[in-house]
Amino acid sequence: MRWIEVASALAFAVIAAEAQQAPPPVQQLPQGPAVPALPAPVGPPGVQPPRFLVVIDAAHGGSDIGARIESGVPEKDVTLGLAGRLRSTLRARGVDVVMTRTADVNPATVNRAETANHAQASACLTIHATATGSGVHLFTSSLTAAANDRFPPWATAQAAYVTQSMKLESEIDTALAHAAIPVTLGKASVAPMDAVACPEVAVELAPLVGGHVTSAKALTDVSYQKTVVDAVAAALEQWRSDWKP
Amino acid sequence: MISKFQKYLFFALLLVCVGMAAFLIRLRNRAQDQLAAQAVGAPAEMAETAASAQRTVTLYVPNDLDDSLTAVDKSLSLPEDRNAQARVILAALVEAYRAPDSTHPMNVASGIDDVYFLPVPQGKDARGDAGQVAVVDLSGALAAAQPSGIEPETLTLLSIMATLHANLPAVMQVHFLVDGQQRETLAGHADLTRTYLAGEETKVQGAGSRVEGR
Repeated sequence: MRWIEVASALAFAVIAAEAQQAPPPVQQLPQGPAVPALPAPVGPPGVQPPRFLVVIDAAHGGSDIGARIESGVPEKDVTLGLAGRLRSTLRARGVDVVMTRTADVNPATVNRAETANHAQASACLTIHATATGSGVHLFTSSLTAAANDRFPPWATAQAAYVTQSMKLESEIDTALAHAAIPVTLGKASVAPMDAVACPEVAVELAPLVGGHVTSAKALTDVSYQKTVVDAVAAALEQWRSDWKP
Repeated sequence: MISKFQKYLFFALLLVCVGMAAFLIRLRNRAQDQLAAQAVGAPAEMAETAASAQRTVTLYVPNDLDDSLTAVDKSLSLPEDRNAQARVILAALVEAYRAPDSTHPMNVASGIDDVYFLPVPQGKDARGDAGQVAVVDLSGALAAAQPSGIEPETLTLLSIMATLHANLPAVMQVHFLVDGQQRETLAGHADLTRTYLAGEETKVQGAGSRVEGR
């Protein structure tokens, strides 16, 4: 039986040698539900500088028409038109833009915030319109400013950006003042602003009421809208020059 | 054969039954009167108000054109009950919205259904009185008449909060309902799912001054 022992020893030796050369077995992870991909980490300065990107959220859309503006025009159409003009103006100035909607649809507020947060935007604007008041109303989140947390709660992600949001609001205020557009500033709690993790300002366009230095203009007046869009684009250009990622 | 004693007992019990029936009928009528008085509500409240002392209250009336609140003093007859006081004060504010020369026009007859007060929730280690949460139940008519937009809706909420806090200083937080139900927004914009800080969000600097919505 000596030859059987020799054959067994040879067989073990061959198997052991193959096991050493073979790659380790791959463990198959269970396939869970689809999870949105996390944003790519920002590289160190100098290696790949993060780009300056603006997210524009045209409020309302689809079955959510928003306010009724002059002559029954729904707010959702005004906001989409304004957002489109602002996107074109910014792209002409070399600014990258991401829109939360480009058609008559109504993304959920959580999806609007997700679009902004995944884009890692340098500025986020929510566009609204109202038949009440005069000029442009600028709003920042009414959340109390908080320190930047690595894992901020979704519902209050804006808290870490409140100070920057107010600076951005100030830039837009200044640019609109140069364009002789009356501006009111305030704080508001409007979805999805509080969940957005970037400097965020809500821009609400109202008709221009005639005054000492202004002549009355309808909210749907193209020249009025162009003046506002140009001023906001100029403010964002200024924001880009001041921007430190 | 029924004994005499049993006859007396029967008639005595019958008399007691009739007496109890009369007493119950009287109680029922009294309860009906009370329910009817509660159902009428407003007239009873008005009668109560008429019997109360006059007091000067401060209303914070919004101005849509410059996004401000203006303090307006008004003399009102206020009832003793705090909930009723809040209702009367806010009814006067809604009346200011409805005025022909209103700076925050809103065509609504009845704006506030009710106001409730709850203690501000505190942690286990908290000490002292943290004030009250006012739960303001807005009418569906007010929500329907509310002009849609961030500015007009926010101004309505700020004016209610500032008016409540100025006249009932214990009110530190305000939560809004519409027709007794939680609602996402007032008219498509201002968030009604959260509780607002009444004292901090409206810093009033004096009559006619601008109130930052900060």
